[in-house]
Amino acid sequence: MQRYLANTPAEQRAMLDTIGAPSIEALLARIPAKARLPRALDLPAAAAELELIREMRALAAANADVNGYACFLGGGSYDHFVPGVINHMILRGEFFTAYTPYQPEASQGTLRTIYEYQTMMAELTGMDVANASIYDGASSLAEAALMAAAVTGRSDVVLAAGVNPLYRRVTQTYCDGPRIKLRTVAAPDGTIDLDAARKLVDGTKTAALVIQTPNFYGCLEDIAAAAEIAHAAGALLVVAADPVNLGVLEAPGRLGADIVVGEGQGIGVPMSFGGPSLGVFAAKKALVRRMPGRLVGATVDLDGQRGFVLTLQTREQHIRRAKATSNICTNVALCALMATIYVATMGTQGLIEVGEQSAAKARYAADRLTSIPGVSLRFPAPFFKEFALKLPVSPDRVVGKLLKQRILAGVPLKRFDRALGDCLLVAVTEKRTRAEIDAFADALRKAVA
Amino acid sequence: MAHKAAPAYDKLVFELSSPGRQGYALPANDVPGAADGVPAKYRRTIPAALPEVSEFDVVRHYSRLSRMNYGVDTHFYPLGSCTMKYNPKLNEDMARLPGFIALHPLAPDAASQGALTLMYELGRMLSEIAGMDAVSLQPAAGAQGELAGVLMIRAYHASRGEKRTKVLIPDSAHGTNPASTALAGYEVIEVKSTRDGEVEIDDLARHLDETVAAFMITVPNTLGNFEPRIIEITNLCHSKGVQVYMDGANLNAILGIARPGDLGFDVCHFNLHKTFTTPHGGGGPGAGPVGIKAHLEPFLPTPVVVKNGEVYALDWKRPKSIGKLQAFWGNFGMLVRAYTYIRTMGPDGLRAVSDNAVLNANYVMKRLEQDYDLAAPGPCMHECVVSARRQKKHGVTAMDIAKRLLDLGFYAPSTYFPLIVEEALMIEPTETESKQTLDAFCDAMIQIAREAERAPDLVHEAPVTTPVRRLDQTKAAREPDLKWTG
Repeated sequence: MQRYLANTPAEQRAMLDTIGAPSIEALLARIPAKARLPRALDLPAAAAELELIREMRALAAANADVNGYACFLGGGSYDHFVPGVINHMILRGEFFTAYTPYQPEASQGTLRTIYEYQTMMAELTGMDVANASIYDGASSLAEAALMAAAVTGRSDVVLAAGVNPLYRRVTQTYCDGPRIKLRTVAAPDGTIDLDAARKLVDGTKTAALVIQTPNFYGCLEDIAAAAEIAHAAGALLVVAADPVNLGVLEAPGRLGADIVVGEGQGIGVPMSFGGPSLGVFAAKKALVRRMPGRLVGATVDLDGQRGFVLTLQTREQHIRRAKATSNICTNVALCALMATIYVATMGTQGLIEVGEQSAAKARYAADRLTSIPGVSLRFPAPFFKEFALKLPVSPDRVVGKLLKQRILAGVPLKRFDRALGDCLLVAVTEKRTRAEIDAFADALRKAVA
Repeated sequence: MAHKAAPAYDKLVFELSSPGRQGYALPANDVPGAADGVPAKYRRTIPAALPEVSEFDVVRHYSRLSRMNYGVDTHFYPLGSCTMKYNPKLNEDMARLPGFIALHPLAPDAASQGALTLMYELGRMLSEIAGMDAVSLQPAAGAQGELAGVLMIRAYHASRGEKRTKVLIPDSAHGTNPASTALAGYEVIEVKSTRDGEVEIDDLARHLDETVAAFMITVPNTLGNFEPRIIEITNLCHSKGVQVYMDGANLNAILGIARPGDLGFDVCHFNLHKTFTTPHGGGGPGAGPVGIKAHLEPFLPTPVVVKNGEVYALDWKRPKSIGKLQAFWGNFGMLVRAYTYIRTMGPDGLRAVSDNAVLNANYVMKRLEQDYDLAAPGPCMHECVVSARRQKKHGVTAMDIAKRLLDLGFYAPSTYFPLIVEEALMIEPTETESKQTLDAFCDAMIQIAREAERAPDLVHEAPVTTPVRRLDQTKAAREPDLKWTG
C-alpha cells in the first residue's frame, strides 16, 4: 500500500458495502466513457523515500547555493541571516498545516501571529495599518497601484525609473485589465528627477506617484520631496521599502507615504530561488476599507475575553465577488509568521545591527571594488546596502569567471536596462565577511585586468 | 461541560517585552569604518518599538500560540474545496535542501541548473496530469493562476482582432473566479446552475455569443458532482468562439481518471496547496500553476523555462507574453514539494488518491444521509454537500453545527458555500483519512443532529472547549483594532 493512503482493501470493501456500491468504479459512473482517460498517466514510476532523497540531493547539488558561494546578489532578494529558531517554530504542525482562519475559535494561534505581524509592519513602515500579506513585493506594488486608482478615481500611475523593473512588469500586468496607464519618471543620476516628476504628476489624472527606496540601483530616494509633489497634485504617494532596512532608515510613513509596500523576504524568509516571498502592504487609516487582502482585528468573546478574528471582510472576493477590492484569497501567511518570529527574535536592536552592518559592509565593499582601475560607482547618489558598479569588461564575463571561484558577483543590469549594459549590481548583507569582500575584490581585479 | 483543551494563554509577544532583553547573536562587524555612507537625512529618528525578548521567550510564546490552532497534523479538517490532506514530511526535508532553499533567484542559469530542471520537469508532469500542452509555474496561488489564465484568453482574442467583453461564470463558483475575471477587465455574467449544481445548458446557450470571451467552470462542480455533459458544453462554447477555463480547485477528484485538456478545456489552473500536498500554512503560501493549450502558448507569463539540448534556461524573449505575476519565477519552494509528491506517488499512486478521495466522500455522504438533507443525490466525487435546513427548523444553523464540531475535536466543514445551497456544509474528507476517522466524524455529526432536536442550547453555546468562545464579529468590524498599541 502507498504510505500516504489510509484504507486497506478490507476497509474499502466495508465502506463500499455501507455505500451499497459494488466498486469504486461504480461511484465514477457519472463520468461519461468518452470523458475518461483510457490509459494510465505517463509519469515516472513511484520512487521510494530513499531513492527520491538521492535524486533530489543530486538536483539540489547542481545549484550554486549561498552556503557554498559568497553571495553578492540582490535585485529584490537578499542573503540576510535567518536565526534557526524560526524554522523550528513554523514547522509546528498546528501552524504549518492549518487553513486560513475561517473558524476563529480554532485558529487563535494563527490569528494572534497575524495581529502581531500587522503591528510590527505598521511600526516599521510608520503606517496606521498593515494587512496580513500579499504574495510578494511586486504584487504588493501592483495592488497599491490598483488601490490608488480606486481611491482617487484617477487613471494614471507615475513610477520612478528606480522602481525594480520586475515590480514594474508585474504592475503592468495587473493594470492591463483596469486600463491604468503607467508613466515613468527618469532617474539619470540614480534617483528620481524631481523636476521631471513635478511635470508628469498631473492634478487630474495621476492616482499615485510610486518610488522605491533604496531603489533598484541601491540609491536612497528623497521620500519627503516625492510626497510633496504627489500631494500637491492630489495623488497618493506609494513607497516600496524593504522592512529589513527600516531599523536604520526612516519609516516612510513619517515622511508622507500614503501606502507602503515592500518585499519582506529579508526578514526571516529564505530566498528559495525567489519564492515563496512576502508582500508587505501598509496604509493610512483612512484607506483601510479600500485595502486588498486579509485583516485581523482584536475583539472579545462571549465571556469578554480578548480574541482575534478576520475582519472588514466585505472588501474581499468571497463576499464581494466581482466587486472585491482585490482577487487575492490564499496569501503567504506562513511567510508572515516567519517575519513575525524574525522581528520578535531580532527586536529593535537586532534590526538596527543588521541594517548598520549591511550598510557598513556595502560601503567597505564599494571602496574596495572601486579602487580597482576601471571600476567605478555608476551613480553618485547615496546608497544603502546595494550599488551599481560600472565595469571595464562585460559584466556577464565577470560573473562567469567569479562563479568558478565560488563568488556570486552580482546581477548584470543589461537584462533590465540596455543603457546599463556595462553595469553590475552588487548587494552586501551583514552575512558577508571582510575576507569574502576582500576575495571578491581580488578576483574582480584579476577579471578586469 | 467539557474543559478548555488548551491552557488559557492570552499574551502577545509585545506583552513579554523587557527593555534590554535580546534574542539574537550576530558576529561583530569585521570591516573598518561605520555606516557613515548613509546621510543623517535618511536615518530613522525614533527607533522602531519592537519586542525585546529572549530566544526562549520566542520559543515558548509561539509554541503556546500554536496550541491554540487546529491543523491537519492534529485534527480532521473536512474543509470542502480546500483539500486538507496530509502534508508529507519528506516534502519539507526536500524543500530545505541547501541547493534549493539557499538559492538566489538571480543566480546565473549555469548556477541554477538543478532548480531549472525541476521546474521544467514539474511543468511536464502537470501538463500530462491535466492533458495540457504547456504550464506556467509562476502564479503564486489559485487566484493569480485565474488572473493569468483569463489574461491569456484576453490576449488570444485580441491577437485575432476580436473584441469580446464578457466572461460567463456559474452562480456556484468560488468568489475568486468573478474577482479575477473582473480584474482582467471583463464584465462578469452569472449563469444559473441546476439544483444539482450542474450547468443549465439552455441558459448557457442563450448567453453564448460573439461578445463572450470565456466560460469559467469548476469540475467537479462545487456540489461535488462531475458535470456529465461537460464535453457537450466545451464543444458548444468553442462553436461560438468562446474559450473554456477550468478552475482546478477540485482536481483531487479526477487524477488519472479524466483530464481537463481531454474534456475540451483551453486553460486550467492547479492548486498545488490542495491536490499536491503543499501545506496551507494558515493561509498560504500556495502555488497556482496554470496549464494551457498550444494556441495560448505565445501569451505565457515570462520567463518560461526552456531546454536547449541538455541545458535549461529562462527564456525572456516572448513578445506576446501577458507579462509577469511575481517578481521572480514562482513559489519555487512549493514547486519542490509538489514535485516530491508526484515522484513519491507515481501514476498508480495518483490514481489511487482520487479513487480513495471519492470513496471517502461517498462513505461520509451515505453515513449522513439519514440525519442531514443532501444538497444533491449521490454518488458524489471527492466532496459532498449537506444542508442543515432540517436542523434550522430547531433553530440550529450550519454555523452552530460547525462550532459544535470544534468541541467534539474536529475542524469544521466549509459553511455557507456553495451559495446556491441553503445552510450548506461542504465536506471534503480527502484520501489520507482512514475509515476510523471518518466514522468518528460521522458519529459526531449524527450526535449534533440529535442535539439539534433535543438540546439545541448545547449547540448554540458551542464551542466551549476552544481557547476562546464565539467572538464578537460586529465589534471587530465597527471598531477596527488592527494593531497592538499597548
